[in-house]
Amino acid sequence: MPAPALTHLEKLEAESIHIIREVVAQFERPVLLYSIGKDSSVLLQLARKAFHPGPLPFPLLHVDTTWKFRDMITFRDRVARELKLDLIVYTNEEGRAAGVTPFTHGSRKYTDIMKTEALKAALDEYRFDACLGGARRDEEASRAKERVFSVRDSHHRWDPKNQRPELWNLYNGHVNPGEEVRVFPLSNWTELDVWQYIHLQNIDIVPLYLAAMRPVVERDGMLIMVDDDRLPLAQGECPETRSVRFRTLGCYPLSGAIESTATTVPGIIEEMLVAKYSERQGRLIDHDVSGSMERKKREGYF
Amino acid sequence: MAATAPALGLGQDIHAYLERHERKELLSFLTCGSVDDGKSTLIGRLLHDTRMIYEDQLAAVRRDSKTVGTQRDGVDLALLVDGLQTEREQGITIDVAYRYFSTAKRKFIIADTPGHEQYTRNMATGASNCQVAVILIDAEKGVLPQTRRHTFIAHLLGIRHLVVAVNKMDAAGFAEDVFDAIRADYHAFASRLAVDDLHVIPLSALRGDNVVEQSANMPWYRGATLLHLLENLHVGADKAVEHFRLPVQLVNRPDAGFRGYSGTVAGGVVRPGDPVTVLPSGKTTTVQRVVAAHGDLDEAFAPMAVTLTLTDALDVSRGDMLAAPGALPHIADRVDAMLVWMSETPLAPGRRYLVKQCAGQVVGHVATIRHGVNVNTLEQVPADGLRLNEIGRVELALAEPIVFDAYAVNRNLGAFILIDRASNATVAAGMALAPSGARDAWKERPHGDLRATASAVAEAEREARLGQRPATVLLTGLAKSGKTAIAHAVERRLFDEGRLATVLDGQTFRLGMSRDLGFSAGERSENIRRAAETARLMNDAGLICLTAFVAPEEEVRERARATVGDERFLEVFLTAPLDVLRGRDDAGIYAAAARGEAHLPGVSAPFEPPAAPDLVLPTDAVGIDACAERIVALLRERGFLLAAAVPEEKSPRGGEA
Repeated sequence: MPAPALTHLEKLEAESIHIIREVVAQFERPVLLYSIGKDSSVLLQLARKAFHPGPLPFPLLHVDTTWKFRDMITFRDRVARELKLDLIVYTNEEGRAAGVTPFTHGSRKYTDIMKTEALKAALDEYRFDACLGGARRDEEASRAKERVFSVRDSHHRWDPKNQRPELWNLYNGHVNPGEEVRVFPLSNWTELDVWQYIHLQNIDIVPLYLAAMRPVVERDGMLIMVDDDRLPLAQGECPETRSVRFRTLGCYPLSGAIESTATTVPGIIEEMLVAKYSERQGRLIDHDVSGSMERKKREGYF
Repeated sequence: MAATAPALGLGQDIHAYLERHERKELLSFLTCGSVDDGKSTLIGRLLHDTRMIYEDQLAAVRRDSKTVGTQRDGVDLALLVDGLQTEREQGITIDVAYRYFSTAKRKFIIADTPGHEQYTRNMATGASNCQVAVILIDAEKGVLPQTRRHTFIAHLLGIRHLVVAVNKMDAAGFAEDVFDAIRADYHAFASRLAVDDLHVIPLSALRGDNVVEQSANMPWYRGATLLHLLENLHVGADKAVEHFRLPVQLVNRPDAGFRGYSGTVAGGVVRPGDPVTVLPSGKTTTVQRVVAAHGDLDEAFAPMAVTLTLTDALDVSRGDMLAAPGALPHIADRVDAMLVWMSETPLAPGRRYLVKQCAGQVVGHVATIRHGVNVNTLEQVPADGLRLNEIGRVELALAEPIVFDAYAVNRNLGAFILIDRASNATVAAGMALAPSGARDAWKERPHGDLRATASAVAEAEREARLGQRPATVLLTGLAKSGKTAIAHAVERRLFDEGRLATVLDGQTFRLGMSRDLGFSAGERSENIRRAAETARLMNDAGLICLTAFVAPEEEVRERARATVGDERFLEVFLTAPLDVLRGRDDAGIYAAAARGEAHLPGVSAPFEPPAAPDLVLPTDAVGIDACAERIVALLRERGFLLAAAVPEEKSPRGGEA
C-alpha cells in the first residue's frame, strides 16, 4: 500500500493549525492581530478550521490608523458581522487628537505613533499574552530568522540575538508576567502559497487586491490611490484613473498600487509569476534606510 | 545574468499551472558547512538559478556587493541569504534562517545553519524539522573534523538522507581525482554511522556547476545535479508506515453536544470504527468520527491536524495520547535519552527542568549522565555535566510517566525539549532512546557470599597444550552484515590450522540459553550479558570464542568487554550500506521493520557504531573468506595464536582427536 502523503499546502495548513491550537492551549489571553490583508484572511480561515465546530476562542484586534482604505474597513466590518467574530478596533486617540498623519509627521514617525505605539498600548490595555499574526518568513530578510513563537520583553521589543532555539513542533510559550509572545502560524508560507490557498479555498479578500479602475497619483515612482479627499495634492498634481491593484494593503498613502488587469485570483497569481519586483517593494516604510524592517521590529512593530 | 522572474512557461495556461502546483510536495532540507565553505553562496545560487529572486532584491544585492561583498567584481549571491544587519557586517550567519523556493515538482524549505561555534545548537535546531541534510565540503580542504561533526549531528537528529556537496571544484581545477579522494574519505567515515541514503556531488556554487545546471567542466561526473536530486529524492515513505499516535493537544468542547479531541497525527492512520487506547489511563475505546471543517473524513494520517470524537465518554485531556491498541508506545518515568545542550548555563544534574514532549509537560531532572560524545571523533567521553553545544547520553527521572516511542522509531513521540523553570529558556533538545531502570542483571550483586573456585590447571598449561591464548571476538554489525557466516569461516580456518575455537551466535543462543528473552533494549542487553558470561567460561577453558551479535549499544558492548576481560576481548565491526543489507535479506526482516512489525536496530531502533573497534570490515567490498582471514591475522598479530601450534597435517581433522 503506498504511503499516504499530503501536498505542500495541506502540510502547511496542518502545521499552521497545530500552531494556532498550541497558542490556545498554552496562553490565557490570546488575540489574533487582524490587518484585513490577504495573510490575515488566510490566518482567520485556518483559525476557524482549528476549532471547528466550535467558535474562535479568541478575539480579533485591528489597529486602525484612520488611514486605511475605505474598502478595507467595509470588508472588516462585514467579515466580523457575518462570521460573528469578537472584533476589537483600536486607535491611538492621542495621536489622532494631535493630528498625526503621514504627511505632517513623515512615514516613519507616523508609523511609530499610529501603528507601533498603538499596538503596544492595545496589548497593555487588554493584557494579551499571545498575539497571532500573519507575517511570513519570506517577506523580508530579517524575518527569515524569526521564530514561530517569538518572545517580546515587557516593552514589546524583539531581541534577534537572544531568541530561543525552536525544535520540532515543540513550541515553548513560557514567559514572565508582562512579557508576550508573537506567534506566526504562516511562517513557512510564501506569497504564492497564500494566493494558491485563497484560490483553492475560495477565501474572501478585500476587493482592492483585484484590478479595477481607480484614481491614482504617481509619487516617487509609486502609484498612490486617492482614496478620499484627505490626500494632499501638490500643485498641478491631478489624479488619473488607471486599472490598478494592490499586492499588499496598509495605509493608503503608504501603499503603492501596481498597474494590472488581473480581476481574478488566478489572474493575480499569473501576474505574480512574471512579476519583477518583490512584495514589500510596494510599501514605502521599508525604504527609509537599509535594514529598516529589523529596526522597526526591535522597537515592537509587528 | 539569469532571468529574474519565476518560471512560468510562456503561453502556459494559468489553470493548468495551478493544478500542477497544487499537487506539489514539500521537502525541508538543512544546509551545513563552515564559514568559508560557500554555503550562503550555494543557497544564493539555488535561489538565483531557480529564478526566485526579484529584480529589486537583486539590485539591492548588487549595490551591497560593492560595499560588503566578498566578490569585488560581480554579484555576491551570499548577500541574498545573510539577513540580519549585524551578521552582514561580521560576514557570518548567526542563526538558523529559513529560505523558500519551489520548482514545478516540489516546494523547498531550506534551514540554513551556520558553521561557527554555535554549530551544534543551530544545526540541531535546523535539523529537527528536515528530511535531508546537505553537507558542504570545500574541495580544497577535504573531509575535516567539522564534516564529521555535521554528519554526526544530522544522524543524531534522525536525518536519513545525506547529500554531500563537494564545493569549490572550480578552485580544484574540476579534477576528478580530487573529488574521488574526498568521496572515498567520506564513505570510510560515514559507513560507521549506517547512513540510509548517501549522495556525493562535485559542484561549484560560485560558478553554478552541478547546482541547477549540469556542469560542462566536469564531464566525468554523470550523476544528478543538486537540484535534480532534491527534486527527485524519495522521502515520502520515511515516516508514513507507523503505528497510530495522536497526542491530544486540546479538548474541543464548544457545547454539551460535542466533545472532540484535537491534535496533529504523529504517526500511522486512523479511521472511524478503529479501536484506540487512551494513555496513560490505558482505557480502550473506538473512534467515532474524524471531524474536519469541510466535512467528516474517512481517515486521518500523519501529519494531519484533526479532531476525533470517541464512542465512550472517557476522561481525556491535553497531554494524553491516543494510540493503536496492538502497538502501544512506552510509558515510563525513567527514560534514557540523548541530550544536546543549548544554553550558556550548563546542565546541572539534579536540577529540575520542565520536560516538554508531544502535547504534555512534566517536571524532571537528569539522574545520570551516562557519557558525553565528542562530536568530532564520535568517541564516548566521561562527563559530569553538559555545557553549551555538548551532547550526552543521560537518564531522565520524571515526576510523572510520559508516553513515548524511541526517537529512531517515531520522531514526533521521541523528541522533547528541556525548559529552565527560572529563565523560561529552552536549554536542551532531547531524543528518547528507551525506558531505563528496567531490571538490569549487569548491575545486580550475586545473592549470598559466593566465591569462584580456582581451576586445577594453570592458564599457561592450557596455552601450551592448545597452542593459543584464549580470546573473545565480538562480531558486531546490523542484521545481514555477515556476522555468523564470518564467525563460522573463522572457526573453520582456526580449526584447520590446529586451533580450538567455537561460535556463539545470537540466534542459536536464543534457542536455548536466552529462550525467555524478547527484543526490548533491556532484554537485548541481558542476552549479551549471558553471552559474555558464556564466552568467559569458554575462554577460561582455553577456547577462542567467536561471538556474533548485533549488540547495538556501545554501553552494552563495553560491559561485555569488562565481563570477558579487556585483554582478551576484540571488537570487529562489520559494515555495509543499508541497501546492500536489504538485498541480502531473504527472510524479509528489513521489510517487516519498515512496516513497523519488527524491532530492528539501524532501521526502527538505534544502532550505535563502536567508538573504537579493533577492526572494521566493509562486507559489501570484502568477501567472507577475506574477512575471516583478516580476523585470523588480527588474532595472530595480537599474539593469541602461538607459534607452537599443531601443524595442519597433524591436526585432528578427520582423525581421532
